[in-house]
Amino acid sequence: MLRYLVLRIAGLIGVLIAVSLLTFVLMHAIPGGPFDAQALLQNKMLPKEVVDVLNKKYGLDKPLAEQYLMFMINAVRLDFGYSFMSQTRTVTQIIAQQWPYSIQLGLLTLAFSMVVGMGLGLGGAIMQGKWLDHLGTGVAVFCMVLPSFVFAVLLQYIFAVRLHWFPAGGWGAPQYWVLPVLANSLGPILVLQRFSKSSMVDAMRANYVRTARAKGLSERRVMLGHVLKNALTPVITVGGPLAASLIVGSFFIERQFQIPGIGYYWVNAIQNRDYPMIMASTLIWTALISFTFLLTDLAYALIDPRVTFVKEN
Amino acid sequence: MSTMAAAGAAPQPGAPVTPGAERMDQPLLQTVDLVKSFGVRRGFLGRKQLLHAVDRVSLTILKGETLGLVGESGCGKSTLGLTIMLLYEPSSGTVRFEGRTLDTSNSDEMKKIRRQMQMIFQDPLASLDPRMTVEQVIKEPLDIHKIGSVADRVAAVARLIDTVGLPADSATRFPAEFSGGQQQRIGIARALALQPKLLICDEPVSSLDVSVQAQILNLLRDLQKELGLTYVFISHNIAVTGFMSRRIGVMYLGRIMEIGPSKTIVNQPRHPYTQALLSAVPEPDPDARGRKPVLKGDVPSPIERPSGCPFRTRCPLARQRCADEEPRLSELGLDHYAACHYA
Amino acid sequence: MSAVTTTVAVPMRRRVSTLSVYWNRLRRNRAAMIALGFIVFELLMAIFAPLVAPYDPIKGNYAEAWQFPSRQHLMGTDDLGRDVFSRIIYGARVSYGIAIISQIVLVMVGLPIGAIAGLRGGKLDYILMRVIDVLSSLPMIMIYILLLIVIGAGFGNMILAMALTGWIGIARLVRGQVLSLKQTDYVRAARAMGGDTRHIIGTHLFRNSLTPVIVAMALGVPTAMFAEAGLSFFGLGIPPPEPSWGQMIGLYQAYIQTYWYLTVFPAIVLAVTMFAWVALGEGLQKAMDPSIRI
Repeated sequence: MLRYLVLRIAGLIGVLIAVSLLTFVLMHAIPGGPFDAQALLQNKMLPKEVVDVLNKKYGLDKPLAEQYLMFMINAVRLDFGYSFMSQTRTVTQIIAQQWPYSIQLGLLTLAFSMVVGMGLGLGGAIMQGKWLDHLGTGVAVFCMVLPSFVFAVLLQYIFAVRLHWFPAGGWGAPQYWVLPVLANSLGPILVLQRFSKSSMVDAMRANYVRTARAKGLSERRVMLGHVLKNALTPVITVGGPLAASLIVGSFFIERQFQIPGIGYYWVNAIQNRDYPMIMASTLIWTALISFTFLLTDLAYALIDPRVTFVKEN
Repeated sequence: MSTMAAAGAAPQPGAPVTPGAERMDQPLLQTVDLVKSFGVRRGFLGRKQLLHAVDRVSLTILKGETLGLVGESGCGKSTLGLTIMLLYEPSSGTVRFEGRTLDTSNSDEMKKIRRQMQMIFQDPLASLDPRMTVEQVIKEPLDIHKIGSVADRVAAVARLIDTVGLPADSATRFPAEFSGGQQQRIGIARALALQPKLLICDEPVSSLDVSVQAQILNLLRDLQKELGLTYVFISHNIAVTGFMSRRIGVMYLGRIMEIGPSKTIVNQPRHPYTQALLSAVPEPDPDARGRKPVLKGDVPSPIERPSGCPFRTRCPLARQRCADEEPRLSELGLDHYAACHYA
Repeated sequence: MSAVTTTVAVPMRRRVSTLSVYWNRLRRNRAAMIALGFIVFELLMAIFAPLVAPYDPIKGNYAEAWQFPSRQHLMGTDDLGRDVFSRIIYGARVSYGIAIISQIVLVMVGLPIGAIAGLRGGKLDYILMRVIDVLSSLPMIMIYILLLIVIGAGFGNMILAMALTGWIGIARLVRGQVLSLKQTDYVRAARAMGGDTRHIIGTHLFRNSLTPVIVAMALGVPTAMFAEAGLSFFGLGIPPPEPSWGQMIGLYQAYIQTYWYLTVFPAIVLAVTMFAWVALGEGLQKAMDPSIRI
């Protein structure tokens, strides 16, 4: 176990380094530096001397390799420097202040999707062919064909503009949560519903379930004791990465509902060539997802006794 | 190094050649201390351990003969067959074909050698690509080596289909449409396409019905006579092996325990393991049934092999020397060897 | 001649190819057939757009701007007087073009990579798996956006971006297939005959792993469509004036209360198209899996 953990963490560090390199190269492949972009946004042409001074101040005139090294050394200490877009806040501050919005949105979406998705999936498996099953399939189809952003527009129109039940954008008190979470849940509900239903159906059909019933166990004990436990295990493999992708923020939803999360900020950063911001967000994004994968694997290994790590040469 | 190569049949490399020792008795294939191991790790924290599937096997296979290899499941006979074919890269040791040591890194040489050695597999259906027609299956080796024109190849396939006794319209059908015996015939036809000298038969009839087994075995014998083939016949069924082979080698946990002419092995086995194997064959005549030597225990795990003689944990003759010193194959009679201190 | 000849009388049968078996199974799936019909219809419209569309999708007639659906303009006109119906037809070119071409490209890239990694194994495979791990840790959307900003938006670039991110899935799939196929006896037999890697891929792996690849492609089309629509919606995809369904929805979302037809029609077309592809993809999956009885 220990050996495996060490290997995985080493791999994670390797991934982070590779990703940081990749992002760094891509970023600098974009023509123009941050100050050219800023100037363009304001339709002003900054005189070359000013641009040079700004570049020098932020160390952008140094050779690329040196910039990269400086960045990485600081990154380890979680010091990403100042954002080019804001004079007052460091990147770390921005991320720390904006990320909670994304996390909130993500967690709420996760909770909602799990309740709805798994409820429909498991229920549909148990009551196959009945109304719950059909409802589940209908919801799944709905989630599959309606893109989240189109759904968002629809929700905003019906519930905000027409009915005035909920605000059309922004984030704060609970009424702000409803529409974004609904729109954000389409994908997760689809995935969770299909997965939990199929894994539940498989678990229900298994031979050991027939044995348990033959032994005379009540249906309730069969379900709770045997079936559910085994049906839920594969759902973890899906749920882990799903949670990770939700917590790092959803660009579409944040943009549409004007929620100031890191997804929103990240795209802004790219458009403005805000290098530190881009690098930091990408790294954190990647670290989070890789780490969640690792946790998922471990959880799976712990729960399913059949999983071993036998490697053949 | 085994003393197999002597015994009056095949000349030792460098030794003076006795006149008349050629003819049919040239070694077609030799293995020298052939080893094939796999690395296995158990659990998260396990150490890497070596599984010796084939443990220092030295064999000589003479041209035109059939060498049988018997043993229980897991004794390494199939692995040995695959390693001789160089489908597994040997962990150490060498394989010599017609005197020349084979170099697995030389792909051109390997490709040429492949035409001389072919294989028939245990599960005939699994050895045929389910999405290829019979004609495509048999033609494949000819396509690989670009032999003749396409028309030549198609004609050759038709001839092979006839040779193995398949109906003439088989060419356009898929393997799944045939019976097990016929599928094995397809496999044989494919193996013969390149006109090889050596054919390794890995349990070719084990998955077939008994009546069909006889047909296939007879087919193999006829083909051997007609085409001058050399066989290595691998099986766990000692009766079938005895029928097919001129010599039999008995394997246990990757080593050869006894080897000799099949009549001798079957009727006067000297190694305790061979004796136990033979006694396990049911004897229909109640009067002929004697007392059987009892095989104690289970086959030990090939990862944790007993020291000294691998069979000692189940052997009725085992004594201290068996644990301390590994027995080598020693000559008991003409061309008959056994690896036991007390045989 | 052999001593025993099998002379079992078997009736002569016309050779039935695997493809026709699959097709027959698909035919029995009514939903998939309807979906297929719809897709073919859309494809034809897209291909023959210049002949089918009543108006020019880019040059508009200001005099006819903001018109509700009528006999002359089946789906109304937009702010520049362009006919919405024609724009939707041309938009099909974009959506289909990007989705289908990107899938083809990413299979052409991912399949050989996955196959070679699986077959050769060893260091090559290890390195490749690490690369795939790295690339799949990054969310796809992120890569799209990053790439699109670097190389710019547009039809060709979107295909490039999708191909560069999507080959990973196919490579993984094919590698998994190859690893299991490698253990089969018939691949061993092919090696025994002297077949090299190229031969094994071309002769055996290709015909045996085609099925999941085709299904993955069919199901990849709606995913690609969704991605393109989403990016265009937010202004990061196909830039105007060239029409794309997602772009149209995004441009006119403010008018949903008044000039609803500007967003509703593209949204409906997008949803129905995606549904059709999903139905077709799932139908294909069931048809090509012999273990599922139809």
